[in-house]
Amino acid sequence: MRKTLGMLSLLLLAAALVGTLAPARSAVAQEWEPRQLTASLKGSGATFPNPLYQTWIQVYKNVVPGVSITYQGVGSGQGIRDFIGYLTDFGGTDAAISASRVETEAPDALHVPTVLGAVVPIYNVRGNPELRFSPETLAGIYLGSIRTWNHAAIAADNPGVRLPNQSIVVVHRSDGSGTTSIFTDYLSKVNAEWRENVGSGTSVDWPVGIGAPGNPGVASTVLQTAGSIGYVELIFALANGLSYGPVQNASGNYIEASIASVTAAAAGIEYPASLAVSITNPPGPRAYPIAGFTYLLVRQNTYTDANKASALTDFIYWGLTEGQGGAARLGYAPLPDDLRALAIGQLRKVEVNGEKVFDGPVK
Amino acid sequence: MAQTPAVEPFSTRESWLGRLNRRTAHGDRPFWVLVLLFALAIIGLVGAVGLVVYVGSAEARGLYGLSFLTGTVWNPVATEVREASYGAWPAIRGTLLSSLIAVLLAGPLGILIGVFLSELCPLRLRTPLSFMVELLAAIPSVIYGLWGVAVFVPFFRDYIADPIANSLGTNLPWLAGPVATGRGLMAAGMVLALMILPTIAAISRDVLAVVPSSQREVLMALGANRWEVIWQSVLPYARAGIIGAVMLGLGRALGETMAATMLIGNSTRIEQSLFAPATTAASLIANQLPNANDALHESALVYVALVLFGITLLLNLIARLLVWQVSRGPIGRV
Repeated sequence: MRKTLGMLSLLLLAAALVGTLAPARSAVAQEWEPRQLTASLKGSGATFPNPLYQTWIQVYKNVVPGVSITYQGVGSGQGIRDFIGYLTDFGGTDAAISASRVETEAPDALHVPTVLGAVVPIYNVRGNPELRFSPETLAGIYLGSIRTWNHAAIAADNPGVRLPNQSIVVVHRSDGSGTTSIFTDYLSKVNAEWRENVGSGTSVDWPVGIGAPGNPGVASTVLQTAGSIGYVELIFALANGLSYGPVQNASGNYIEASIASVTAAAAGIEYPASLAVSITNPPGPRAYPIAGFTYLLVRQNTYTDANKASALTDFIYWGLTEGQGGAARLGYAPLPDDLRALAIGQLRKVEVNGEKVFDGPVK
Repeated sequence: MAQTPAVEPFSTRESWLGRLNRRTAHGDRPFWVLVLLFALAIIGLVGAVGLVVYVGSAEARGLYGLSFLTGTVWNPVATEVREASYGAWPAIRGTLLSSLIAVLLAGPLGILIGVFLSELCPLRLRTPLSFMVELLAAIPSVIYGLWGVAVFVPFFRDYIADPIANSLGTNLPWLAGPVATGRGLMAAGMVLALMILPTIAAISRDVLAVVPSSQREVLMALGANRWEVIWQSVLPYARAGIIGAVMLGLGRALGETMAATMLIGNSTRIEQSLFAPATTAASLIANQLPNANDALHESALVYVALVLFGITLLLNLIARLLVWQVSRGPIGRV
């Protein structure tokens, strides 16, 4: 009796999970169902999408019980190394592999964007004013040319706000990170001095400030230090109830980061065939400017096991379609429709021995 | 009765099995071999670590050579006008300075604790106190780091660093502000001191405990008081061991990663002030290696590891020389 109850509750739980994550399931079901294969897939990489991928994997287990997937959040850099070294079946990374590296080390790598993330400025200023930032101000603060909170540039961004005469303490990530990569890529695009003297990458030569490890390290340092400013992932700020400032985008509008404004950042951009492109400072009028993709890496034609390749492409397709609703609920911004079509197009390129393994509908 | 083949009655030849049996009968020889293997494994391990960091740093070594040691710029990103370039000096300087601060603070204190525990402590207190000291040594470094960030640094910033920077710091550039978060060389060095204190104290106590009583009795017989006995007879007798204790503490401070990362502020720019953020070799590697920008960045970080390896070897050598130097000559003086 107890066993039956246990089974029943498990089933209910599974149904609830599938239900919450896949509201569009019934609509899609007529057109496409993942193939019921048996395979085990291994992946590693970026930590930012790790909670989402773990949820996808858990729920997908109920959709296709034969396929078991593991994903380890070891960081983008290690994920790329593992993928290039054929230690994993797929990789995860926040920053696209550079074009030159693709050419020399991973000519068969396909970038499949899965969701979007954003980076938001958090601050701790005397009097708790609500601040917003223009690109020049953010760059000036991180370059060390703006040193106090009542600087004219900050005042110009925030008309009517009382600003204290307080020194700015700049906080950045100490560990190499995709968050830093997106943030510095943005600063490079909007500020020539930053582009020439600092540049963008997972670790950079910061002109000022102190480094703290991880999103939690930056957030706790900012909370602890009067007059400080830092940057964290949007999803981290949302999960911990941190308040963050709107940032002025390329159209001149101050946009607060939200799932909608981050999704808008990826819309209306001309994408190259590789999809490996930075989308910071996008043109959309309602787009939040400090946003970026997180990618899954799959191999175009070097899988040897058609079964495995089919299972993998099915899983990613499922994530790109039914998994997107769940992504939004976890705080990740889903892909805009036109981009999702391009991402699915990447999956359709996967071949084993010259035979396509996947032809799910593009939608 | 069949004819048996002629056998020499007193054969000097022995089968290999017999020889093996005889030799291993007492178990000495196999034990010797076993222990030798373990000892050789240590050498092999050090060699393997050295080899890996040497090979892994090939690219950076080829590019920078020994000028890597004095290079002051750590820029992992190439831009239009600025090349990516790597110099280990910020990391070496941070490592040496934070460890030096730690040893200067913890060395005298640790030795005095050792003296108290072995010479002056009432018997009833000795066991619980010694136990506490050993317990302190067993606390994981991340907990020291956490305590440092949450409790020590705010206190340090408001009541130590800020007042010093605002008074002495206005004239002495190496104590100058702004103190900002309080995290920096000084904060890291002070928490490191706390971490190595129990190591130094516990070993000093053990070393002092085995100083023969005759060493004390001689001076007492001459009418010396407690202080004179300890200062002129006990400590000099144990000096080699005490230097060893300090060096062990220094070794721990040099390689400390977690607490240093949390407390030192992780800036690869060199600033004169001890209150400014800096970095250490170990924390630089731990921070940047898992997500390095490119192959050269990775190679440069492994080169930093090689340098740290070299510093540790060098310090051990110096410690050996020091111990050897002080253990010659007469023990104690009157």
